[in-house]
Amino acid sequence: MNLAADPIQPVIQLASQAILTPSELEEKHLDQVMGKLLSRQVDYADIYFQSSRLESWVLEDGIIKEGNFNIDQGAGLRAVSGEKTGFAYMDEIQLPSLLEAADTACAIARLGQNHIHKLPTNQFTEALYQPLDPLSSMDENSKIDLLKSLDAEARKQDPRVSQVIVSLAAVQDTVLIYSSNGDLNGDVRPLVRVNVNVVVEENGKREQGSSGGGARVALNYFTRDDTALEYAREAVRQALVNLEAVGAPAGTMPVVLGPGWPGVLLHEAVGHGLEGDFNRKGTSAFSNRMGEKVASPLCTVVDDGTLPDRRGSLNIDDEGIPTENTVLIENGVLKGYMQDTLNARLMKTRSTGNGRRESYAHLPMPRMTNTYMLPGESDPEEIIASVEKGLYAVNFGGGQVDITSGKFVFSASEAYLIENGKITHPVKGATLVGDGPEVMSQVSMVGNDLKLDKGVGVCGKEGQSVPVGVGQPTLKIDQLTVGGTEA
Amino acid sequence: MNPEVDSKLSKLKQVVEDILKEASQQGATSAEAGVSATSGTSTTVRLGEVETIEHNNDNGMGISVYFGNRKGSASTTDLSPQAIKDTVKAACNIARFTTEDPYNGLANADEMLQSQPDLDLYHPWSISIDEAIELAQQCEDAALTEDKRITNSEGASVNTASGFHVYGNSHGFIGAYPSSRHSLSCSVIAQEGDDMQRDYWYDTSRVAGEMDSAKAIGQKTAQRTLARLNARRIKTRTSPVIFKNELAPGLMRSFIGAIRGSALYRKSSFMLDKLGEQVFPEFVTISENPLLPRGLGSAAYDGDGVATQARNIVENGVLQNYVLDAYSSRKLNMANTGNSGGVRNLAINLSDSSFEDLLKSMDTGLVVTELMGQGLNPVTGDYSRGAAGFWVEHGEIQFPVEEITIAGNLLEMFKSLSVVGNDNHAPGSVNTGSWLLDHMTIAGDN
Repeated sequence: MNLAADPIQPVIQLASQAILTPSELEEKHLDQVMGKLLSRQVDYADIYFQSSRLESWVLEDGIIKEGNFNIDQGAGLRAVSGEKTGFAYMDEIQLPSLLEAADTACAIARLGQNHIHKLPTNQFTEALYQPLDPLSSMDENSKIDLLKSLDAEARKQDPRVSQVIVSLAAVQDTVLIYSSNGDLNGDVRPLVRVNVNVVVEENGKREQGSSGGGARVALNYFTRDDTALEYAREAVRQALVNLEAVGAPAGTMPVVLGPGWPGVLLHEAVGHGLEGDFNRKGTSAFSNRMGEKVASPLCTVVDDGTLPDRRGSLNIDDEGIPTENTVLIENGVLKGYMQDTLNARLMKTRSTGNGRRESYAHLPMPRMTNTYMLPGESDPEEIIASVEKGLYAVNFGGGQVDITSGKFVFSASEAYLIENGKITHPVKGATLVGDGPEVMSQVSMVGNDLKLDKGVGVCGKEGQSVPVGVGQPTLKIDQLTVGGTEA
Repeated sequence: MNPEVDSKLSKLKQVVEDILKEASQQGATSAEAGVSATSGTSTTVRLGEVETIEHNNDNGMGISVYFGNRKGSASTTDLSPQAIKDTVKAACNIARFTTEDPYNGLANADEMLQSQPDLDLYHPWSISIDEAIELAQQCEDAALTEDKRITNSEGASVNTASGFHVYGNSHGFIGAYPSSRHSLSCSVIAQEGDDMQRDYWYDTSRVAGEMDSAKAIGQKTAQRTLARLNARRIKTRTSPVIFKNELAPGLMRSFIGAIRGSALYRKSSFMLDKLGEQVFPEFVTISENPLLPRGLGSAAYDGDGVATQARNIVENGVLQNYVLDAYSSRKLNMANTGNSGGVRNLAINLSDSSFEDLLKSMDTGLVVTELMGQGLNPVTGDYSRGAAGFWVEHGEIQFPVEEITIAGNLLEMFKSLSVVGNDNHAPGSVNTGSWLLDHMTIAGDN
């Protein structure tokens, strides 16, 4: 498929064909539904159609144990009036139920004329990924062979490998968004993911390791350049490291974070706190701090939804707005929030293309895409050499933040002690805890080795999960609390 | 039962029967299917004004087919006849590529639930949107007016949902029941100087009238939030720790997670080979009661159609049995415990000690009221999580604490449980009071 000339129309057509055609709906019907949504004092309204197909496979104990296929489709209708939102959704895409849902959704607004101000919206100009179907991008036998090859690769790394679980998932998410701005927008979003989990055993002691990755691509992504074989090797390596690990120290100390996935720090410490909804409501530790210094001058952090093929990237957000590369913090100074249309309107600014929703059955809100810190100038080895006694953490499970107090945690799954500038022995995963703005001001060295994660991030907010990316160069934080057992 | 419910359930039963017939026609040797339809509303008010009104309507069906011992699964939200055909076909297609697995298949026919008891789970709430708005306003207002340091709000919500659930398999078993669940929640922000804190409270029940009043929930939200103001860090140390009643269920769920069949046959559990061993102190009994009338976790049959039953999982601190379903029980060569889908209505035996008694017997230590992060290694039981709560000296709360971690190993933490309080009034399906543990490592200031 050649999308170079005009990438937008073909994608919208694909989305229309997938969603409207089977239900015998045409644009005039959408206008009829929109007319109903706008029949009261409404400031904004949209109809979000979605058709999502997912296929997943699990290998366990050397056999293909499970496979699952899921189809989920439906439409969500939203009417916004001031700060009020009315919302109804259904899993059948039929005109009578759409009209009924429009009535239900707009009941939130008072009777009277709508307040629609049509805004000229941009279309995306360059497709960030192909509108392909990853489920059929590889035949079933090749999928099975891929899983088996990863099982074999993991087991051949070391005789101590006792369990291997490999999973593969492919999703094609097709969306069609009709907003009161008068635009019909669409997107076809492929997403694939492979994960390898292993358990290793030695003298009755067990440990686990896991690795994986993914992107908005076809499944042959995993077979090129040994991409997925590397996940298998990495999972075993991590598990073996943890088999040797001793109790982590407890207390406050310098912490060096490795590049890539440890960027979950940024996601928790600053990312969530800079989402528009919390700042409009004044409930974030970063509220009313625009233009203030909130991090060390070495820190420049962006949220970039425009990276080709990345898990967190989107051609358009779930309100039909093209994604952007938004500077959140520049040289330590707070520069921008991530916005959706509702919060942008109420804060008298514009959407940054961060309005995302888990599905048609959920309301959109400001969410991250790919959040990362730009590289600095330090050599990573020089950073480690600068620490007399501290922790070097290179892999993490997940994290969590309390937006209001700014306190956040993230849990290391692979970490080492640093003694006299050298990495010494591995320590058990420990949770790191800190205060967002305070920790960011403690960043004293930033590496020249920016890396993005391998495409595994899932972000949860108010019960909704969306795929995201994170990244960072090697970082040194002068003081961070490490939650080990060795007090 | 009322005719509307009967009619809805028999429609869904028909869908399940159609699915099973279709699976058989497409060549499956056996099949099982679950279908559900849930609807409700969610009304949120913030600073006295309506923020969102959501009308929810969720349908779903899940199918598994077996060709001998090969299994395929598929699911969809569309319950139309064409979707049934397509979804069964998708599941059958998957089964062409999965491997023969001798442990696969339906649960044994003689384990199916024989006659279905009425567990009294269905109490729809006929509350109008306007009434829901008013109730949410009352709740939030009670929080906002509790103290002038309550300066902002994330709102109060009234949620109500009712649903119909049917499961059937080619043994001829078909189970069906309606259920309801409602909740009322509130979250506000307190401010004093530069310090800003947020907290929440809620209640949830099958029966709307059994929830705490909107006013009580609002007031409790405010009190919890105010109590966190001016929290400090404490020094790194080891000390006794009390897990407040609303957090103790989390420890019980971690225990259950470790004795699930799938964790055991994968040898990825810190409870491996602990059957018949002392895993808690002698005074501990942990039980599940799936047949509790109106229970939030209640169900008469599990996800495989197997009859559930009340049982003790831990007696005198000794692990009596695991948490197994059809697949894992065969794989481990043990009896099926009817736990496909998990445990239902867990409970631990309580002491006579109130929360205040726990504070006194701890004398000096930490009360944890909030945990952050997922810092549990399920293979080793190593536990390290962010925490907030209160520092206690001389058996009395001294000041709020935040930005610390607590760490230990669950095997040792369970053994160091010294008292379970009688303060078993936190909402949810797990019945426990607060837990006093002898010691954990706290990381904070040097």
